[in-house]
Amino acid sequence: MGRTKVKKSRSDLAFYVITGILITVFFILVLYPIVFVVAASFSSGDAVSSGKVFLWPVDFSLDGYRTVFNDRDVLIGFRNSLLYMVVGTTINVSMTMCAAYALTRTDVPGVNKIMFLFTFTMFFSGGMIPNYMLIRNLHIMDTMWAMVLPGAISAYNLIIARTFIQSNIPKELYEAAEMDGCSDIKFFLKIVLPLSGAVIAVLVLFYGVAHWNSYFNAMLYLNDPEKYSLPIILKQILISSQIDPSTVTDPELQMQIARIANVIKYALIVVTMIPIVIIYPFIQKYFVKGVMIGSIKG
Amino acid sequence: MGKRKQKVSTQKSLWKRMASGWQIYLLLLLPMIYLIIFCYVPMGGLVLAFKKYDLSKGIWGSPWVGLENFRKFFQSYKFTVVLRNTLTLAVYSLLVSFPIPIVFALLLNAFPGRRYKKVVQTVTYIPHFISTVVMVGIIMQVLNNRVGIYGSLYTLFTGEIAPDILSKGKLFKHIFVWSGVWQSTGYNAIIYIAALSNVDQSLHEAACIDGATRFQRLRYIDWPSIRPTAVIMLILAAGGIMNVSFEKALLMQNDLNIAYSEVISTYVYKVGLQTGIGDFSLSTAIGMFNSVINFILLVIVNGISKRLTDNSIF
Repeated sequence: MGRTKVKKSRSDLAFYVITGILITVFFILVLYPIVFVVAASFSSGDAVSSGKVFLWPVDFSLDGYRTVFNDRDVLIGFRNSLLYMVVGTTINVSMTMCAAYALTRTDVPGVNKIMFLFTFTMFFSGGMIPNYMLIRNLHIMDTMWAMVLPGAISAYNLIIARTFIQSNIPKELYEAAEMDGCSDIKFFLKIVLPLSGAVIAVLVLFYGVAHWNSYFNAMLYLNDPEKYSLPIILKQILISSQIDPSTVTDPELQMQIARIANVIKYALIVVTMIPIVIIYPFIQKYFVKGVMIGSIKG
Repeated sequence: MGKRKQKVSTQKSLWKRMASGWQIYLLLLLPMIYLIIFCYVPMGGLVLAFKKYDLSKGIWGSPWVGLENFRKFFQSYKFTVVLRNTLTLAVYSLLVSFPIPIVFALLLNAFPGRRYKKVVQTVTYIPHFISTVVMVGIIMQVLNNRVGIYGSLYTLFTGEIAPDILSKGKLFKHIFVWSGVWQSTGYNAIIYIAALSNVDQSLHEAACIDGATRFQRLRYIDWPSIRPTAVIMLILAAGGIMNVSFEKALLMQNDLNIAYSEVISTYVYKVGLQTGIGDFSLSTAIGMFNSVINFILLVIVNGISKRLTDNSIF
């Protein structure tokens, strides 16, 4: 008996050691590129181009950040992205919550059929060209509406919200309210919405991040540089390596740009990740919750 | 007579129920307008695939050409190239990024240190929030053969300048798929980790008393408890298999890897919107071909899973 116990705990120990090593290796693999990007963004142009940066900044310098914050295109992109995100998320969340509550009311004729119509869009869509022609025919090309109206309700998020309402707001509550003469809209505004804080946080997070990161729609529907969102600017600088020195106002910086091109890229990556890193700790628990609610219905 | 009366009364109650639910319809009004305009009108636009689009005549006035656009696509030399690339990336991606989060979740769950576990979990899903543009930017910087992690470490250990892996077309698929693993493993594991935390602890206690090792408990308790979730995730993944990340493929493309990085969705974009010609009909047909294959796959995988495991999404 004693021997088997020793044997068992020994094989368990080996298992824990292997598990710990595997987890740690993966942890480092995920974390290291992020650490490297941050370190490089605070280094000097020469240190980065000669490959001296590994873990921490070499020849600490803020040149990258100075250039980024002096670039007119980046600032315009930042402002536009913020605008599209706030307006878009507001539309998304209000439309999704209205639809989600209404779609829990399967006692009303036709509601189930409408639910099916929403779910179907998860699996089939018109595709790129028909969508492009729609935006063109609606005459909302090069406007904010092209960025916020398509995808106003995502079927996946709708299912999350609907499942949440179904499982958190008991039918009895509705029946009691109805008995007292509470109308459907009043019930929605006074009872459903106040009780749905958690799922609204999830929706804000999912929609908000999607808007902030959205590149495809911006690329297709925006041609006016004044309307460009941040990802478009990022693409030009990070991937096509285009930074237009004339848009940088500081003459001293203009000279340096060529020399610190890589540092600029690293700084830009860090800057665009900042909004998410700042709100991340606050939203983290809602985020896990959202994924879980979504998975209940698969 | 009685039957007819009954029918009348249900009809009446249907009207009554609809009338009393008018506020629900009011709540659905805007969402329905959105659904029709932005989802179903474009689906109607798919008729373009069977027409020869003429700008001056509009969608409805353009002449029908039957399956001509599809034939044009199937017969072009691009067809085999883009289909092969799409399938390579899709299948490779699925084979790698489906099992890794499961293994990660099982190992993380089995590890005893609570606080360390929490830290690892929190950090590993940060990359999920990085946008595709920034992600591709990171890939290009980090794998740069002179100034990136790859180049710096290579030079550090060998003293030579590293070969440029970003311009090797044959390596495109590995970079594409493994950067996806880097970005999404933590996120994809959440659902399994949560399912594992719901496993009945008395099962583990009983197994311990019977002398099961931790690995045996992982194999016979933890794994079976997340298998249904895994099946659902597999169905969803298989149903979206042809949706190779359009943005990522397009952004990672360059002249040197184009033979390996051109997938159906990027080709749709180029045929329809990027080139000066802008063949809307052909582009729509190619996109539709992709959607239909996807939809058929989803139905097939769902059907198989329903038979074999009783898990299905519809």
